[in-house]
Amino acid sequence: MSEPTIYELSSPGRRGVRYPASDVPLSPLPEDCLRKDLPLPELSELDVIRHFTNLSKLNYSIDSGYYPLGSCTMKYNPKINEETARLPGFAFTHPLQPVETVQGNLALMFELQEWLKEISGFASVSLQPAAGAHGEFTGVMIIRAYHLSRNDTKRTKMLIPDSAHGTNPATSAMSGFEVVGIPSDARGNVDLEALKKVCDDQVAGLMLTNPNTLGLFEENILEVIQMVHNVGGLVYGDGANLNALLGIARPGDLGIDVMHFNLHKTFSTPHGGGGPGSGPVGVAKHLADFLPGPIVDIIEEGDDDTPPLYGLVTPPKTIGRVKSFYGHFGMMVRAYTYIAMHGPDGIRQIAENAVLNANYLLSLLRGKYHLAYDRICMHEFVLEGRWDDAPEVHALDISKRLMDYNFHPPTNYFPLIVHEALMIEPTETENKQTLDAFAEAMLKIAEEAHSNPQVLKDAPHNTPVGRLDEVKAAKELVLCCWIPEKDA
Amino acid sequence: MFVPHTDTEREQMLRSIGVGSVEKLFDAVPSKYRFPKLDLPQALTEMEAMQQLTDLSLANESARDLACFLGAGAYNHYIPAAVDSIIRRGEFLTAYTPYQPEVSQGTLQAIFEYQSLITNLTGMDVSNASHYDGATATAEAAVMAYHNFRGRRQKFVLSPTVNPQYRETLRTYLQGYEGIEVVGDEKDADPFLRPEDLFSLIDQNTALVVVQYPDFFGRIFDYTALAQKVHEAGALFAVAVNPMALGLFKTPGEFGADIVVGEGQPLGIPMSFGGPYLGIFATRSEFVRKISGRLVGETVDGNGRRGYVLTLTAREQHIRRERATSNICTNQGLIALASTVYMSLLGKNGLREVAELCYHKAHYAAEKIGAIPGYSLCANAPFFHEFLVCCPIPVEEINLHLLDHGILGGYDLGKDYPSLKNHMLIAVTEMNTKEDIDMLCEVLEEVSHE
Ligand SMILES: Cc1ncc(COP(=O)(O)O)c(C=O)c1O
Repeated sequence: MSEPTIYELSSPGRRGVRYPASDVPLSPLPEDCLRKDLPLPELSELDVIRHFTNLSKLNYSIDSGYYPLGSCTMKYNPKINEETARLPGFAFTHPLQPVETVQGNLALMFELQEWLKEISGFASVSLQPAAGAHGEFTGVMIIRAYHLSRNDTKRTKMLIPDSAHGTNPATSAMSGFEVVGIPSDARGNVDLEALKKVCDDQVAGLMLTNPNTLGLFEENILEVIQMVHNVGGLVYGDGANLNALLGIARPGDLGIDVMHFNLHKTFSTPHGGGGPGSGPVGVAKHLADFLPGPIVDIIEEGDDDTPPLYGLVTPPKTIGRVKSFYGHFGMMVRAYTYIAMHGPDGIRQIAENAVLNANYLLSLLRGKYHLAYDRICMHEFVLEGRWDDAPEVHALDISKRLMDYNFHPPTNYFPLIVHEALMIEPTETENKQTLDAFAEAMLKIAEEAHSNPQVLKDAPHNTPVGRLDEVKAAKELVLCCWIPEKDA
Repeated sequence: MFVPHTDTEREQMLRSIGVGSVEKLFDAVPSKYRFPKLDLPQALTEMEAMQQLTDLSLANESARDLACFLGAGAYNHYIPAAVDSIIRRGEFLTAYTPYQPEVSQGTLQAIFEYQSLITNLTGMDVSNASHYDGATATAEAAVMAYHNFRGRRQKFVLSPTVNPQYRETLRTYLQGYEGIEVVGDEKDADPFLRPEDLFSLIDQNTALVVVQYPDFFGRIFDYTALAQKVHEAGALFAVAVNPMALGLFKTPGEFGADIVVGEGQPLGIPMSFGGPYLGIFATRSEFVRKISGRLVGETVDGNGRRGYVLTLTAREQHIRRERATSNICTNQGLIALASTVYMSLLGKNGLREVAELCYHKAHYAAEKIGAIPGYSLCANAPFFHEFLVCCPIPVEEINLHLLDHGILGGYDLGKDYPSLKNHMLIAVTEMNTKEDIDMLCEVLEEVSHE
C-alpha cells in the first residue's frame, strides 16, 4: 500500500498548530484584496509526523546504507554539524543586522574563507554561491568580466572536455559563451593535440575537472593550463572532486585561476535529498576584484585585548551579487565545524583514504567489469556495465539489481564518454567490510548477468515500488495533487 | 577523523591494490606541488569543536535576545518543532537527489506534495522542485522569458519596488545575454510608484515585467490591470511573492501572472543569517517545458502501484547540456521539505491565522508609530506586515538606540534608495508582542527628542 498524499489525508477543520490570540486590537482587513479560498490540506500534528516518517522510510540514505554515487561524494555527515548549525546564536540571526551584533557569524565566515584559501591555494574566496552549478556560473562570469575589463572583447569560446559534467556546458552557454568540446585521449586525459588546435585568441577559458569525471588525475595538468594561459585564456576548475586533493595538491598552485568548492561534497554538509548545497568560489589574485560581494573582511584590526572588527565589503570590480545575502550560512557553519575537527593532518587523511578506498574497491572488481581507462584512480572510478556475451544487460539493470542487495547504485550514464557508465565513489568514511560486501554483490551480479540476465532486467524486487513508467510520467504530466473532490 | 581503517586493514588494502604505500597512489600529481604543508589549526575533538562554535554563536545577538523588527527579505516567524524533527531524519537529510526512484520515493513524494502546495498557494498550474532563493528564482524568470522569445524581445522592466537584491541578481544573470536592456528601476525612479506608472515602459520589445507582492515596502496592489497591459504587449508577467502574504491575499494567479517566484523562507525556515532559504518558482501549464530546475511527476510501476519520478528531464543540464533551460543541478531539497511540513502543519486555517496575526500587529504598530511626533507613515496603499516610516533622524542612529533597549530596528532604506534617506522599513510578525511594539514606540519617541 503506498503512502497517501497529504491532500488525501486531509480532514476539514483539523488543526496541526495553534497560535495565540491577537494581543493587539484588530484592524479591518482590505476585503477587495483578500483571497476567497486557500485550498491547503488540514491535518493534525500526528498526521503530519506519521506521514513524513512513513515517507522517510521509503528513502535510501547514507545513514541507512552504502551510497557509492560517483561524483557526489556521499560521505558520512557528522551529527555534530547539525547541532552547531542550530545554535540559537547562529540560527536566529537576521542577515541585515548591524555588523556589530553578528561578529560571531562574520568571524566564522572570515575564518572559513581563510581555510578554504589555504586548502586550495587561492588568494580570495567568496562564500556566496548556493551550489556547485551556481559557483560555476559565478566563476565563468568572473572570467568574462576579467577579459572585458581588459577590453579583450573577442573571447567568445569556452573549452569543455567531453568528460565534463552537464553543468559545465550549461553554465558556459548561460554566461554567453560558445561551447567548444575537447576530446579525451586514450589514457583519459585531455587530448593535448586537440586542445592545441582550438587554442587561439578567441578562447576565454577552459573548464577543467581534476581529478576528472573518470576519477583520473589529469596527467598533463601543467601543460594543459600552460597552453590555455599562453593564448590568454583562463582555467576554471570544477571543484566537485576536491575530496581527492585535500592536502595532496592545491589547485591554485597548479595554476588554476578560479574554482568552486562544494561544501556539500568535500566538507560533509548533508545533501538533503537534493540540496541545499553551498558552492564558494576561490580565485587567484588577478581575479579577486571581480568576486561577487559582499565578502567578509577585517575592517578594524584588533590587538591583544580586542578582537578585530569584521565587516562586509564588496570587491571593486564585482560581477555583482549572485543571490540574496551572503550565501548558505547554515552550510558554512557545518563545513567550519568539519574542518576544525580535522586540522592539517586530518584533512590530508580524508583524501588519502578516499583514494585508498577507491583503488581497493577497483582492485576487487577489475577483470570482472570492463574498465575503459585502467590506471591508478583517484577518489572514484568508472566501470562499463556491459559484456559482449550478455548483450541484453545494461548499466541500469546492474544498478537496479544492486538495490536488491541493499546498496545504492553508482551514478549511471555519466560521464558520457564511457559506454554504460557505472561511476563508483566509495568515499573515505566507509570501512573495509562494507567495500568487501559491495564488491561481492557486484561480482555476484556480473555472474547473474550471464547466468540469469532476466533477474537483472526485472530488478529491483524488494523496493517499495518497482521500475516506474517514466514515459507515462512525461506524457500525462501529473505534477501536483488536490484535495479529493468528495472532501473539498 | 571519520576514517574507520585500522593499520592492519590499510595494509591489506594496499596489498590488494599492489602498491607499497598510500603515497604511491598519488604519483600522477606533479611532484613539485605534491603534499603541500597546510597551515590550518590543529584538529579539535567534537567536545572542543562544540565549545568553539558555541562561543562564536554567543558573540552574536540574535532574534532570541532582541525584539526583531527587521525584515526586508528575511522574516522572524515561529517554526513549529515538528518541522525540524522531520528534516533531521537521516533518511531525508543524508539522501542525494532522487535519481533512482525505487529507493527515493520518500523524497520524491515530498517534492510532489511541495509542488502541489506551492501551486495551490500561488494560484498557478505548476511549481518546480525549488530554486536557490527568491533572488535567483527571479533571475531565472528573466532567463525563461528571454528564451521564451528566443532572445528577440530584449527589454526587461523591473519595478523599483522589487527587492534591490533580487534586481541586482537578475542583472548579474543577464550579463551574458547580448543586447539586453533592464529598465524601470533606475536610481532616480520614484520608489512610491504605482503599478500604472509602469505602463509607459511596456512595448513590443518587452520580454518580461517583474513586480513584487507585497512590494519591497510591504504594499499590496491589485496587479490585474498591469497584467492585462503586459499581455496586450505580448510580454510575460512575473510576480515575486512573500508566500506568507498568500495566506491572506489574492493570488498572483488571479491577477494573470505567468510566472510566480518568491522567497520561501517565511514558511518554516530559520533566518540563519541569510541562508539556506528557498526559491519558489511556479508558472502556467503552457510554460512547463521552459521551466528551470527539477520536476516530479506521478506515474505507476509495472504492477500499477503509484509512484513518483523526476520528469521532463530533457530540459535539464545533464541531458541537454549547453541547450538546457538552466544550469541548476542541486537545489534546496531539504528546505523545500521543511516548508512542506510547515504548510502541512498549518494548513488552510493556520496559514491564514499567522498572516492575519502579522497583519494586525503590523497595523497596530504602524498606527502607533504614525502618531509619534516627528514620524510619519508613507503608506499610500494597503499593506501586509511591513511598512515605511519617515524618521526625524538617520535610521542608523535610531537603530543604535533601539539596540541599547534590546530592539533590532528596521531596515535603512537610504542604502538602496537615495531619495529615501531617513526612511525605515519596519516588519512585524506573529513573534512580536504588544509589549515589544509598545517598547519600540517608546524608544522611537525618546530618540526623536534627542
Ligand atoms: C563534476 C560535477 N560538476 C558540477 C556539479 C554540480 O554541482 P551542484 O549539484 O552542487 O550544482 C556536479 C554535481 O552533481 C558534479 O558532479
